[in-house]
Amino acid sequence: MTVVNWLKRNLVVIAGLLTLSYLLLPNVIVTIFSFNNPKGRFNYEWQEFSTAAWKDPCGVSDMCGSLSVSLQLAFWATIGATLLGTMIAFALVRYRFRARGAVNSLIFLPMAMPEVVMAASLLTLFLNLGAQLGFWTILIAHIMFCLSFVVTAVKARVMSMDPRLEQAAQDLYAGPVQTFIRVTLPIAAPGIAAGALLAFALSFDDFIITNFNAGSTVTFPMFVWGSAQRGTPVQINVIGTAMFVIAVLFVLASMVISNRRNKQKA
Amino acid sequence: MTNDTSGDVRLSGIAKTYGSFTAVHPLDLTVPQGSFFALLGASGCGKTTTLRMIAGLEEPSAGTVHLGDQDVTALPPYKRPVNTVFQSYALFPHLDIFENVAFGLRRRGIKSVKKQVGDMLDLVQLGEQARKKPHQLSGGQQQRVAVARALINHPKVLLLDEPLGALDLKLRRQMQLELKRIQTEVGITFVHVTHDQEEAMTMADTVAVMNAGRVEQLGSPTDLYENPRTTFVANFLGTSNFIEAEVDSKSGDDVVLKAGGGKLLLPGARCSAPTTTGGKVLVGVRPEKISLVPAEEAGEIPEGRNRITGRIADSSFIGVSTQYVVDSPVCPDFEVYAQNIDRDTRLVPGAEVVLHWNPAHTFGLDASQDIDAGTEEEAVV
Repeated sequence: MTVVNWLKRNLVVIAGLLTLSYLLLPNVIVTIFSFNNPKGRFNYEWQEFSTAAWKDPCGVSDMCGSLSVSLQLAFWATIGATLLGTMIAFALVRYRFRARGAVNSLIFLPMAMPEVVMAASLLTLFLNLGAQLGFWTILIAHIMFCLSFVVTAVKARVMSMDPRLEQAAQDLYAGPVQTFIRVTLPIAAPGIAAGALLAFALSFDDFIITNFNAGSTVTFPMFVWGSAQRGTPVQINVIGTAMFVIAVLFVLASMVISNRRNKQKA
Repeated sequence: MTNDTSGDVRLSGIAKTYGSFTAVHPLDLTVPQGSFFALLGASGCGKTTTLRMIAGLEEPSAGTVHLGDQDVTALPPYKRPVNTVFQSYALFPHLDIFENVAFGLRRRGIKSVKKQVGDMLDLVQLGEQARKKPHQLSGGQQQRVAVARALINHPKVLLLDEPLGALDLKLRRQMQLELKRIQTEVGITFVHVTHDQEEAMTMADTVAVMNAGRVEQLGSPTDLYENPRTTFVANFLGTSNFIEAEVDSKSGDDVVLKAGGGKLLLPGARCSAPTTTGGKVLVGVRPEKISLVPAEEAGEIPEGRNRITGRIADSSFIGVSTQYVVDSPVCPDFEVYAQNIDRDTRLVPGAEVVLHWNPAHTFGLDASQDIDAGTEEEAVV
């Protein structure tokens, strides 16, 4: 009976741990295999422990080049989508203009549409315009599909903002620009940051739309896909693990900072 | 009060319409420098809109706003020498208390704000809380921050938009005294918007009672209470009893009126309606001005007092006083508040009584009005 009772009391924890392991198991496998020393060209069977790939992460030709392309794309796509998305979100919440309803629903379309369809129609558009496929066409495509996510994130935040805060700022001698910089932006910042993070992640690992519109440019997801046909170098696991660790470190750091802030206040 | 008029607020013909809805009808109002002025009315009467037009947060559809000699009608809010204490305070959630209070100074390019902010926080007794965020303070403390944030700029006029509405009753009473103390101390013109008649009467030198976008009456709290000129004002500020009467004749300065079978006297100066013989007048009297005696003692009532008869329908004891509802032929629910000095055991529901009062406490209103105007709104308080 004690076992049953113990189970009853800890059911939530157990379910949580199981879900977590379901989510994290693939990452653990990736990490373990980044220390493998495979025999053939494929890194699918455990052979022996080695740190060779970690010591020479760029040892595979073209891989670090594609990584750099992906990071640059993600960086600029994040900036572009966040700037445009924030402005659109403010416009949608604050102003009553013609076709506001239409814009509001059209903005969701990229999120709902199958990526393949979007990819193909974008390619058609670029080809008809005679655009040179490459970095710029990918960037345009990425900004486009990241936009809806940024708009959604920022809009939620702006909608919950008390308009009286801006009126109070104006009442206290802040002109329109000052009001925006000192009050509106800081209060909307969490929404904007969430949108930007989403945009970065979405852009960095997008494959389908990128693949259609890349021309001869190769991004990191495209490189992984391509090499999976011919053989998977251990370095792919190294990069994957490194990205994961960096992301976790970011999350931990932000938690520590906000914890410390809360303690200072109390 | 000084002869300095730079803190005068002068509204001339100011109006605000939203489409076909008129929030504020053309309005002329002068608030003298250094006074505590209250705009009193039920929600939706246009008082907040009027305040926001002074602040510049609402553009008037017509008319002008003057501060002292300066026409500020076209100036945006951030260029007007007025500051507002908002309803629910609108403190900046991302800034601490110190920075909230320093906001106005910094925007005007003042670099060394530390001493001023410290002094101001001491004035509102929040020196210890300077580094906290607004959400860590209680409602009363937040309210004081909002006042400090506005006052530190030494505005010519401080606008208060229902600043005490979110506080509980006890704290509200305390803050009313606090605000009044601050106003006397700094001598700035205060324009206070409220729906609480008691709040307006305790704090303000002058009260403007607003109803449906118009000022019904303007005056000192005593003047408004003792000499209401409309049924709305009479009912919104306290309680009033009304008797429909007909003008019979005039005797000296008094008007003699017929109501039911009896006669009532009304000082001519206290009647805002025309008193042509045969015309109708609403006779008003406040419940606490009336004395109540059992019918058998009617003979002891001194001469020259207004009197009516009735039967007690209900009585409720509330400590300092007893409130009676008397059913009278001239008025079905006559309210009488009697101080509990000597409690007469004969005054119980069902008893026949005579009500009498000094004619000087009677006021006369135009009979064409709605007798119940302003009563429902009062219940909101």
